[in-house]
Amino acid sequence: MAAEPLDDYINAVAKALALPVEEAWRPAVRANLEVSLRLARLVDDFPLPDEIEPASVYTA
Amino acid sequence: MTVSTDGLSAQQIAQAVTDRELSALDATEAALARIAKHDTVLNSFTDITAERARAKARTVDAAIAAGQKVGPLAGVPFAVKNLFDVKGLATRAGSKINRDLAPSTRDATLIERMEAQGAVLVGALNMGEYAYDFTGENVHDGPSRNPHDPTRMTGGSSGGSGSAVGGGLVPIALGSDTNGSIRVPSSFCGVFGLKPTYGRLSRARSFPFVASLDHLGPFARNVGDLALAYDAMQGADADDAACTTRPVEPVTPLLAQGIDGLRVAVAGGYFQQNVFPEAVEAVARVAKALSATQTVEIPEAARARAAAYVITTTEGASLHLDRLRKRPNDFDPAVRDRLIAGAMVPAPLVDRAQKFRRWYRAKVLELFKSVDVIIAPATPCIAPKLGQVNFVLDGVELPVRANIGIHTQPISFIGLPVVAVPVPLVPMPIGVQIIAAPWREDIALRVAHALERAGVATAPIPRGL
Repeated sequence: MAAEPLDDYINAVAKALALPVEEAWRPAVRANLEVSLRLARLVDDFPLPDEIEPASVYTA
Repeated sequence: MTVSTDGLSAQQIAQAVTDRELSALDATEAALARIAKHDTVLNSFTDITAERARAKARTVDAAIAAGQKVGPLAGVPFAVKNLFDVKGLATRAGSKINRDLAPSTRDATLIERMEAQGAVLVGALNMGEYAYDFTGENVHDGPSRNPHDPTRMTGGSSGGSGSAVGGGLVPIALGSDTNGSIRVPSSFCGVFGLKPTYGRLSRARSFPFVASLDHLGPFARNVGDLALAYDAMQGADADDAACTTRPVEPVTPLLAQGIDGLRVAVAGGYFQQNVFPEAVEAVARVAKALSATQTVEIPEAARARAAAYVITTTEGASLHLDRLRKRPNDFDPAVRDRLIAGAMVPAPLVDRAQKFRRWYRAKVLELFKSVDVIIAPATPCIAPKLGQVNFVLDGVELPVRANIGIHTQPISFIGLPVVAVPVPLVPMPIGVQIIAAPWREDIALRVAHALERAGVATAPIPRGL
């Protein structure tokens, strides 16, 4: 079992994407991922209608 | 002997050159001399294109001597963040890795447009690596330094742009803004910065960061110069898929219209939290000058900032995925670790961030039915010390890097036009955002102009420069 809850996930995604994650980088990668997921959850928590379109190509 | 143009605006230089009171070559030599004298401290330039600049200046002088019409930027020296393609230079974008790219074969569209109006490119400017930065620090090139206190940050990622204009080395610089990278250095370095509407200015032949959020725009020491540069750069461009086909809408002739009848409100809630007293004071001065007594609540701004963060880190990771695999040790480690983490955010969360963006855009656009301008802090604080990691706000220790852009991110997230205006507090200036509805750069610039005329917003002259 990994020492930190996200470590198994980091290992799996790093392997799937062929991304190197050296042990020395792991704490910083984990800390950054925790921030990203925390902020993503804030967005995820917001109810949106099923019909809403992404604004991926944005025209104001 | 080099003629001094210290303290002259772009408009004054262009007028003097057009009237043959000053040659474009002399204006160029004066800028090169200022850079040589002061940039050993400021570290704002990474490349100085002296020979190219002299050649361009000679063509401007020759055109004037031949009685040909020259543009409104005749002989005006300018410089660009080093993510703009400059013919003959590798576009480093603040990185070590990109130095191995082949030299660019053509200038960025915005450089071509500035030079078509007579401006003279004198160099490329320092920036945070790959624009993923709010500090202006760079592990490869060293930090750009604040012209008002070289022990302080310039802000980033367009740090060299803020430093070069704030320090008076050039009257105009160009930069990019994805989450605040024009507005933050404008605030810390005490200059005016324009982040136009998303899609207004072409990004062609500039190194990208986050396609959904990337903007380019100018820095200047006064609103007239800012408008002049913006007008020179407008126009459709098939080389940028996001660039608008709207007709050019010159703003320079509109500046003197004043602000009578404009409805101005202060952003409340989120934008009044996590701010130091200097930011509160700056917003209050601007609000008072504009007789703004109304407060508006921008809905779900914290969530908008969160969604901007998610889109930034994931699109940034996608852009750099192959470099992360092949040359991870050549990145700034802090940038690398953020980007690797960004590659690991599940796709549905990114999609939801883009869907939230559409919801948020609709809500904010509704606000512009009842107001024309919203004012908000550009940064929560004055420029922190170089290398500073944390600051204490209301007794809580917060990370500097993550909090510098909290007030800019929810605005660029939906591409609204903003002028960052400098409020000359002592000992350090700080900026305020003048935010308008999409495509209404004219309104934001008119308000900035009115604040400048009232003496509330001005680019302070650095001590010792």
